[in-house]
Amino acid sequence: MTGNRSLIWDRVATGVFWILATFVVAVLGAIIVHFLLASIGTLSLEFLTSSPSRTELGGVGPIIWNSFYILVLTLLITVPLGTIGGIYMAEYAGDGRIPNLIRLSQELISSVPSIVVGLFGLALFVIAFGWSFSALSGAMALTVFNLPLMMRLSEQAMRAVPQDERDASLALGASKWQTIHHVVLPLAIPGIVTGIILTAGRIFGEAAALIFTAGLSTPSNYDFTNFNLADPRSPWSPFHSATTLSVYIWKLNSEGLGSYVRQIADASSAILIIAVLLFNLGARLLGRTLQRRSTGSR
Amino acid sequence: MAVASTTQRTESLTGSQSALGRLDLPRRLTLLAAMIVILLVFLVLGFVAWNGTRIFFAGFGLADILSTTWAPTADPPQFGILPFIAGTVGVTAIAAVISTPLSVGLAIFMSEIAPRWARNIAQPAMEVFVGIPSVVWGWLGITILVPCLRTNLSWAGFNVGFSWFAGSLVLSLMILPTITSISYDVIASVPHEMRSGSVALGSTRWQTIRHVVLPAATTGIVTAIVLGMMRAAGEALAVQMVIGNRPVMPTGLADPLTTLTSQITLDMGNTVAGEPWNEALWTMGLVLLLISFAFVLFVRRLSRRNSYQ
Amino acid sequence: MMSMENEMAIAQPVAKPVPQSATPPIGIQVEVRPEATESVAGNETRIAVRDLSVYYGAKRAVREVTLDIPANAVTAFIGPSGCGKSTILRCFDRMNDLIPSARIEGQIVLNGQDIYAPNVLPVEVRRRVGLVFQRPNPFPMTIFDNVAYGPRRHGQGDKKALEELVERSLQRAALWDEVKDDYKKKSGLALSGGQQQRLCIARTLATEPDVILMDEPASSLDPISTLKIEDLIHELRERYTIVIVTHNMQQASRVSQMTAFFTVGEDRAGYLVEFSPTAAIFTKPKEQLTEDYVSGRFG
Repeated sequence: MTGNRSLIWDRVATGVFWILATFVVAVLGAIIVHFLLASIGTLSLEFLTSSPSRTELGGVGPIIWNSFYILVLTLLITVPLGTIGGIYMAEYAGDGRIPNLIRLSQELISSVPSIVVGLFGLALFVIAFGWSFSALSGAMALTVFNLPLMMRLSEQAMRAVPQDERDASLALGASKWQTIHHVVLPLAIPGIVTGIILTAGRIFGEAAALIFTAGLSTPSNYDFTNFNLADPRSPWSPFHSATTLSVYIWKLNSEGLGSYVRQIADASSAILIIAVLLFNLGARLLGRTLQRRSTGSR
Repeated sequence: MAVASTTQRTESLTGSQSALGRLDLPRRLTLLAAMIVILLVFLVLGFVAWNGTRIFFAGFGLADILSTTWAPTADPPQFGILPFIAGTVGVTAIAAVISTPLSVGLAIFMSEIAPRWARNIAQPAMEVFVGIPSVVWGWLGITILVPCLRTNLSWAGFNVGFSWFAGSLVLSLMILPTITSISYDVIASVPHEMRSGSVALGSTRWQTIRHVVLPAATTGIVTAIVLGMMRAAGEALAVQMVIGNRPVMPTGLADPLTTLTSQITLDMGNTVAGEPWNEALWTMGLVLLLISFAFVLFVRRLSRRNSYQ
Repeated sequence: MMSMENEMAIAQPVAKPVPQSATPPIGIQVEVRPEATESVAGNETRIAVRDLSVYYGAKRAVREVTLDIPANAVTAFIGPSGCGKSTILRCFDRMNDLIPSARIEGQIVLNGQDIYAPNVLPVEVRRRVGLVFQRPNPFPMTIFDNVAYGPRRHGQGDKKALEELVERSLQRAALWDEVKDDYKKKSGLALSGGQQQRLCIARTLATEPDVILMDEPASSLDPISTLKIEDLIHELRERYTIVIVTHNMQQASRVSQMTAFFTVGEDRAGYLVEFSPTAAIFTKPKEQLTEDYVSGRFG
């Protein structure tokens, strides 16, 4: 019977899909578990806070500082600009030539490989602007591909706000900008915040664009009492050379020096993976909380 | 009859020119912010094109660059970048071949088969998957994948270590969430009536997937694969860490080779601006940039064709 | 366009209600309430519409409508779907500006000013002309913030004045008694559908408009909530000029003094068939088309 055969094939196909999905999720789970296990014995509060060392295990304290420093600096630049640009794309842009050119540009910039962004940053920020290998150069390079992303995310968040809300505000005599400011933006904030956190995860793990912009020097002995922002030796200065955690893993591997390379790289990878998990979890929880608060209790 | 209790308002409804201008100000300011993206495209393209074409003014012709010999320290030095282009194409293609069945299958599973709880696991899993940084993939490749390939494939006579295959394998995992999530969106958006139409005719779920859902989603799935390949072609560190970095034309899946991104990553720090070696690396960057832009334009064409249907 | 003075001069002296014949001449039994027989012929004209045509792109949606909306009365727009009654309503506060392809010809004169004159600010028009939507759409804020939204945008910064205004608006919208205990904490979305619609009316009242437009305000509500809204419309008529679009003829007859009947022409554009006192529309319409429609033979 053909009917019977097609039923059997249906069963087989269903089984194959289940196996496939289980396999992929299991691979992901295995990767996470692997790094968590591999970092046991290395990952400790001391590892997280102390400086790298040539002879002992040392730590990654200053490097984590740099990762967060560059993250915050990048967000400070991209979140306001991206949100404002997103407002234009969601609320003002129609189907004209300039909006279409902006959309094409967003896609083009998002497609540029991060290593090429790194080259661009090297030529423009490091050399032409004379910022040398610094947190600022790195953050600007990351801005190049994070800005269109942020713009897109905030545009989507604002487009998800029902037209009803805008109409209600406009019908009450509010101007378009008042409507955006007091109705659309507040309603879009949960979506924008979720977007920010997810892009933050990407910035945190990025390496290729930073190798030639933020620098490769191994930082040690950061003096956190030095608040002179113009002094490249101050960890607070945007001009300090800022190796991030991802770049550090790559550097350890390519230099292959020291007897603790394996432990340090495993533990650093574990930190990065935990960060990714936290960023994802944070985005979900915060997005949900803000959503609940902004729509009120039912 | 009714009492006119509202006093008739006589204030003007009109606004001065400056009031009209004020109302238009937010649009202009936000437009300015949005146009930064256009500026970025011109800046990136300009800088990379400027630096990437300089080697042609340093006494090297197109034939020298499009040769298969890369010998920057020889006398005279040779800067053929074909091995890198071939390497990038080869590694990307094999990665797509490995990743496509897995990701499209997973997308079908998530959209058509998975019960709610399974989807609630798979979807966040994809988000975490896409977030794993590329150095972590590279490090995983070095410490787990390459040793694993060595021990498990050596009995068959293969000596697979740092190789084309290892690079493609790592890349295939990296692009899996990209292809999966885009394919999932496309498959899930196939109208419900098409499915119920097929099911009502007595088709099984698998028949419906094969003959109704997949054909309807083909263009979108191709777009997803192209976007995945775009990510693979531009990926630098993970590939560089496992591929062996031998600047020759690809010979076999088990042999080491190199890609555009790997070579830039490795050599950029060893060269000085102004020397031909450095300029050749910029030329490779330009090639990468043009490949990416070509992918974008191709995807745009695909989606435009899709919207006509 | 006629100037306001001319309008006033032409206006007839207050006439007594025309006595109604005991049996309506046509099949459908529409209860005609006393309000419907009340003449508003003496009221000044609040909105004068002259040869209004509305286009979406090249398509004409509304053709050459001319009518005078009397002040302090309820005017109902009825007609089959597609006749453009909502479109015309939305022209009165320039909400159709939000549709990029929309364009109008003719004039709409509010209190003697052409609201489509080149230098008119739509924002100013919308302050004077409120709009209540088909589906209640309170903002996801507290009830207080919902009502205070308009005044705040118009620069009302004085806290005490704002509180008074909110309270007065909620009272006028007949919502005050139901929400007075927690209106500063409770979300507008936590109210029932009928309460939400009254909140939307209160929100509109707080901007102190001259005219309130209502686009099928009760179509998504249950019968009891609908009656409450209709009672509210009765009361609001004292202070405001109200234009209501409704698909429900009983509702038109219950709440309005004037009724405009629109239909769709062969060119698929809506046009005005008859504009008369409500009682006349439902009992002895001038036009055969109106009679067919109100008697249920059409649409």
